Amino acid sequence: MIVTTGWYLALGAALFSMGAVGLLVRRNPLVMFMCVELMLNAVNLTFVSLGAELGDLGGQLSVFFVLVVAAAEVVVGLAVIVAIMRRRSGATVDDLSVLGG
Amino acid sequence: MEVAVFTLGAVIVLSGGLGVLLARNPVHAALFLVQTLFGVAVLFVLLEATFLAAVQVMVYAGAIVILFLFVIMLLGVDRAEDLGIEPIVGQRPMAAVVGVSLAGLLATVLLVAVDGLTGARGGTPLGDAGDNTRRLGEALFTDMVFAVELTAILLTVAVVGAVALARRLNGPMQPLPVVAIAEADDQPEDVDDDPAEATGDGS
Amino acid sequence: MVNLIWLVPALPLAGFTVLIFAGRRVGEPGAGWLATGVMGGSFLATLGVFIDMAGRPTHDRRAVVTLFEWIPAGDLSVDIGFLVDPLSLTMCLFITGVGALIHLYSVGYMHGDDGFARFFAYLNLFTFAMLMLVLGDSLLLTFLGWEGVGVCSYLLISFWFTEPANATAGKKAFVTNRIGDWGFMVAMFATFFAFGSLNYVDVLDATTAGTVTQTTATLIAVMLLVGAVGKSAQFPLYLWLPDAMAGPTPVSALIHAATMVTSGVYLLTRVTPIIADSAGWVPDMVAWLGVGTALFAATIAMAQTDIKKVLAYSTVSQLGYMFLAVGSGAYVAAVFHMVTHAFFKALLFLGSGSVIHGMDGDQDMRHYGGLRRFMPVTAGTFIVGWLAIAGVPPFSGFWSKDEILAFAWNKSPVLWALGLLTAVFTAFYMTRLIALTFAGESRYADQRPDEEDVEAATLRADHTPHESPRTMTTPLVVLAVLAVVAGFMQLPFSSSTKWLEHWLEPSLYANEVHLGTGGATQVLLAAVTVVGGLVGIGVAVAVYVKGRIAREPFEQPILADAWRIDRAVATFMGGPGRRGFEAINRFDRQVVDGAVYGVVGIVRRLAGVLRLFHNGMVRTYAAGTGLGAAALLAWFLTRSTL
Repeated sequence: MIVTTGWYLALGAALFSMGAVGLLVRRNPLVMFMCVELMLNAVNLTFVSLGAELGDLGGQLSVFFVLVVAAAEVVVGLAVIVAIMRRRSGATVDDLSVLGG
Repeated sequence: MEVAVFTLGAVIVLSGGLGVLLARNPVHAALFLVQTLFGVAVLFVLLEATFLAAVQVMVYAGAIVILFLFVIMLLGVDRAEDLGIEPIVGQRPMAAVVGVSLAGLLATVLLVAVDGLTGARGGTPLGDAGDNTRRLGEALFTDMVFAVELTAILLTVAVVGAVALARRLNGPMQPLPVVAIAEADDQPEDVDDDPAEATGDGS
Repeated sequence: MVNLIWLVPALPLAGFTVLIFAGRRVGEPGAGWLATGVMGGSFLATLGVFIDMAGRPTHDRRAVVTLFEWIPAGDLSVDIGFLVDPLSLTMCLFITGVGALIHLYSVGYMHGDDGFARFFAYLNLFTFAMLMLVLGDSLLLTFLGWEGVGVCSYLLISFWFTEPANATAGKKAFVTNRIGDWGFMVAMFATFFAFGSLNYVDVLDATTAGTVTQTTATLIAVMLLVGAVGKSAQFPLYLWLPDAMAGPTPVSALIHAATMVTSGVYLLTRVTPIIADSAGWVPDMVAWLGVGTALFAATIAMAQTDIKKVLAYSTVSQLGYMFLAVGSGAYVAAVFHMVTHAFFKALLFLGSGSVIHGMDGDQDMRHYGGLRRFMPVTAGTFIVGWLAIAGVPPFSGFWSKDEILAFAWNKSPVLWALGLLTAVFTAFYMTRLIALTFAGESRYADQRPDEEDVEAATLRADHTPHESPRTMTTPLVVLAVLAVVAGFMQLPFSSSTKWLEHWLEPSLYANEVHLGTGGATQVLLAAVTVVGGLVGIGVAVAVYVKGRIAREPFEQPILADAWRIDRAVATFMGGPGRRGFEAINRFDRQVVDGAVYGVVGIVRRLAGVLRLFHNGMVRTYAAGTGLGAAALLAWFLTRSTL
């Protein structure tokens, strides 16, 4: 048996769902961020595998940019978390409910 | 041969993902993330995207996760959260629904698709693993040079923004306004005194 | 020359604009001369257009001069344009002519008044609106003028608004007119719906070609009649006219005698094809309404003590005659009487103003008497007006009234009989007015029955009544001359002397009824009318001059009280009317507003429920996003063909 694109896509789907569930369940902001990284990686995997299937370099190019943006996102996101959470240790995202109606 | 490598990579990836999901200690979660990233890099190599595999390890595992660990260490948000309780009502069932539906729908696509891929074929031709770097470089700096310049700007902005956001409030420089934190703290206090706590407000 | 028709309304409009902004600075008497000059210019322009038109062959006497497109709204297109044809030109001639004379008169009458410039500004605005009414080439432009004269009537009736009664009179006029305006508006809607246009040329040509159903024509005709009844003060919308005498006398002369109140008759004469196409009972209704109002008003005039009130009811009565003419298909006679009435009624009103001016503001005829010695010119011209309205040949009133009665006989002898009775009463009350005012011994220095102060009578004896200045007497003389000779424009002797009929022919679309009766019958009818008039005069002389018959039976209190109609209306409006209005108000507040507020309440409650989803927790939002993403994915799956 050979490895077809579908296997990669299935793996990507599984990883993505895991990331989504993790985002919803965990309360620590940093762990939630890591779950976002999981989702992004799943997408990267999908891109590359489809690019390989279609013979297009565009898949890998897209991943390149996703990587750059993810990096920037992590930088800014962590800065925000630092700014908010530095005063209280043990804070979780559930404590940031000031905008509730 | 390929199947074996793929299976290995898949196992690494999935177990790492589960680890991130279930680890109580955030440092453990970060390490599991590294594991997942490595697994993905392996799969990249299998797909002949060698440059990306290298970049994945260097940038993701080498830089981003380091950043995570820095923040964990500095802030003391390493207190293990209690995964047993869930303050928001209905969140766990909702998460289950979302996860199952996403996975299920995506699986449906894969299973039901009859005609195969409908994407446009062609475009920039894919070489083999050897000249992957060269081809990527050519494409990036000729066809997509504007995008590359924009990413440069993006990164600069991100760095400036991060510096501005994370400044300390009591310093000689005036801080940016920060979103107020909710006063109620219903987090269960952990028993042990964390040594990171002492350095939490310092730095 | 015809293309200069726009000057005719533009000049008064310009006069109004100047006076409303700079009137105070121009001051007295400059404002008056400016306004009169503007009117004179307008009259000359009209004369120019008239000469041009008269020089053309008969079939060529209709022109539409369009200035610009005013309302381009889909199917509805209304221009600012003027329909220049014999009917509108006739109206313009006497509006501008009599208007100019009244402006001149007002320079003297309003002397010393604080609002001198304001008065002339309003008079000019009124003239502009009236000219737009008669010159407009569509129903909408006529309505523009219609509303304009209504507004100016309100402004001018309540000119001395610091007196509450005057302000109320103005409001009453406006509100009563509004009821008529509703009819006009419904007629416009129906016209647009039926014809797709409000243009006279389009509508009347289409009606003559027979493209409209009888029901539609009846609806339009009846609704226009409602409007005409309101504006021309016929029963039951006449209530405002006697109260309108609270305004300065030139206003009464111009608006409530010569021009505004005739706009109803003009409107009906303009749309002769529609009336011709409507059901048979429509002209009947017009005729009976007209003659009924005429008789009704004449009875009231017999018992009034205020000189202006007599003339007001007289106006209502004469307007009734014009409606009788329209209903009998005698459009030419209606216009004829409109013109002669403009001359002699304006003359009578201006004369009464001169009397009031000479008596220092006293309007009660019981305090007059023997004034011919003090005001000879006023008395002389007034007598000419009296003879005209009483229908004494060869004065103009005789010819026009007689023509109407001839056509009334043609329609129904009963109508003629009632018209004749009204003529007798008219002669009676006008003679009574003359007798009380000018004849006999002067009573101004007499002790009055309800006066306690004995000194007041002797004080009054020193104030002799005086003649009015030349600015006031000159128009009187001019109008007197016109009241004498105007009859000659339509002499019934032969076709060649019926100049007005030939002139108006292009405007009437051949809807003029032709008299079936021969010449002999007409002479007989005329003779009977003259005899009736003389009887009326004779009786009045016997009562008021010679004193041979007692006056009490003629001056019944119920007549003096105008058949108590005003009181009845007030009681109805105060009692069941008010209850009805309050019920409607309650309905509006509870049901209509309640429905709106109910929707508000529902939205509020819904929002309250939805608000619970916004608990500020990031993870809840994340759950929502995830759910949404899954739903979208599912939707795409179902949409696409896999």
